Amino acid sequence: MKAIYIMWLRQIKRYWRSRGRMVGALGQPILFLVALGFGLGPIYAKAGGGDFIQFLAPGVIAMTILFSSMFSGMEVIWDRQFGFLKETLVAPVPRLHIMLGKVLGGATISFFQGAIVFLITLIAGFRPTLSFIWLAILFMFVIAVLFTSLGVAIASQLDDMQSFPIIMNFLIMPLFFLSGAVFPLAGIPQTLALITNLNPLTYGVDGVRGALTGIYHFSPTLDLAVITFLSVLTLILGTYMFSKVEA
Amino acid sequence: MINVSHLTKKFGTFSAVDDVSFSVAKGKIVAFLGPNGAGKTTTIRMLTTLLRPDSGTIKLNGIDPLTQKDAARKLFGIVFQDPSLDNELTAFENLEFHGILYGVPLEIRRERIESMLAFVGLEERRNDFVKNFSGGMKRRLEIARGLIHNPPLLFLDEPTLGLDPQTRNKLWDYVKKANKKEGMTVFLTTHYMEEADKVADEIVIIDKGKIIARGSSKELQKKTKTSSLEQAFLKLTGHSLREEKGEAKDRARYQNRMWGGR
Repeated sequence: MKAIYIMWLRQIKRYWRSRGRMVGALGQPILFLVALGFGLGPIYAKAGGGDFIQFLAPGVIAMTILFSSMFSGMEVIWDRQFGFLKETLVAPVPRLHIMLGKVLGGATISFFQGAIVFLITLIAGFRPTLSFIWLAILFMFVIAVLFTSLGVAIASQLDDMQSFPIIMNFLIMPLFFLSGAVFPLAGIPQTLALITNLNPLTYGVDGVRGALTGIYHFSPTLDLAVITFLSVLTLILGTYMFSKVEA
Repeated sequence: MINVSHLTKKFGTFSAVDDVSFSVAKGKIVAFLGPNGAGKTTTIRMLTTLLRPDSGTIKLNGIDPLTQKDAARKLFGIVFQDPSLDNELTAFENLEFHGILYGVPLEIRRERIESMLAFVGLEERRNDFVKNFSGGMKRRLEIARGLIHNPPLLFLDEPTLGLDPQTRNKLWDYVKKANKKEGMTVFLTTHYMEEADKVADEIVIIDKGKIIARGSSKELQKKTKTSSLEQAFLKLTGHSLREEKGEAKDRARYQNRMWGGR
């Protein structure tokens, strides 16, 4: 158990010490919030949708967590490059513990980034209902665990620094845009609906949005069940893939 | 303690380790001696669960590191040839991380960390980030880390490469003492003749992935009818230990370490 803690702590320390990373990661969510939120806001209102920021803010929070989580797999590649990976690989610790430490570390950081963006959305005019904030927090954390596991799993299979960001972007963009983060899922074409229904982030976004605004496309139970199940699955898969890593 | 038979590892068509068999008795210090690229590190990587062999079997104290990885990992400690520190952590944090991963209880851990920091002369720099360390200091910290927990089996992969003579001597004194006092088995690789000569109970000469000869320094000299280990090596392998090719690679490796240890 101590191994999980020290793996987690290492990542938190590294994160806390690189403030640039902390601030830099906020640029993109703010851009989306401003460009889409204020840019499309009037049209959305005219179409009878109401305040677009109310709709978009949870999507942007989920996006922040998605990006940050997936890219935390980069640490594995970094560790390989700098040789530190060997130190963790020869440690007499079950691979599941190493994986859990890594994932919880990355997920904590991503959750924290998401929380900062949540505060920023408040400044931008987002007015959530706070009675289910605990549920929103839970959703945010499970999303973080799911995509951090995925990021680490993918990173464990790659050994060059160049391909990781390219593959990540290739995955992250469709995950984000086809999740209902930026547009309502009600009334979209059937093919698109099929794709969004297969996208795990859809359930995460819906969960966060529902918890904060009270409007669900699915239901909180379904949302939570789907992403929790996928989190556990990805974690197990990631542990298996990580256990095969050679250095 | 170590039993290896018919161990083979190929990278593409290149046989890094080619049908290697040897054993190391408990409480012995055994040195793998050979030029760069002889297969020393590849062998250690396979022994320490970092690399899967193509064929052959390994037993560490009866445990198969291929199938019982965690049990095998509990058995050994290792000092790597290449840098393996976290540059974003301090010297102390690197040692603490290691101690916790290896389950060293708090009080013993703190005591060991202090004594190892003093051992490698880094106690004043304990709270400095490793990224600000010189190549030699990083090397010393790696040594300190490898010795934080007292494993029954210690792997040292070219531990003295890039190390100052003073720490080098201290390290070998320490290793010999731990070997005598606690019966620690030590498996080391080196391409420094005099180190193998001075430290090891037994020397295994490896070249181009194959074991050429083994025995104590005296036995090897007797076998080849020479008067030094260096001449014995020359006679056995047909070339001196440090050829042009090896030197260039060595230099490159050294430079790598100087340029931030990447």
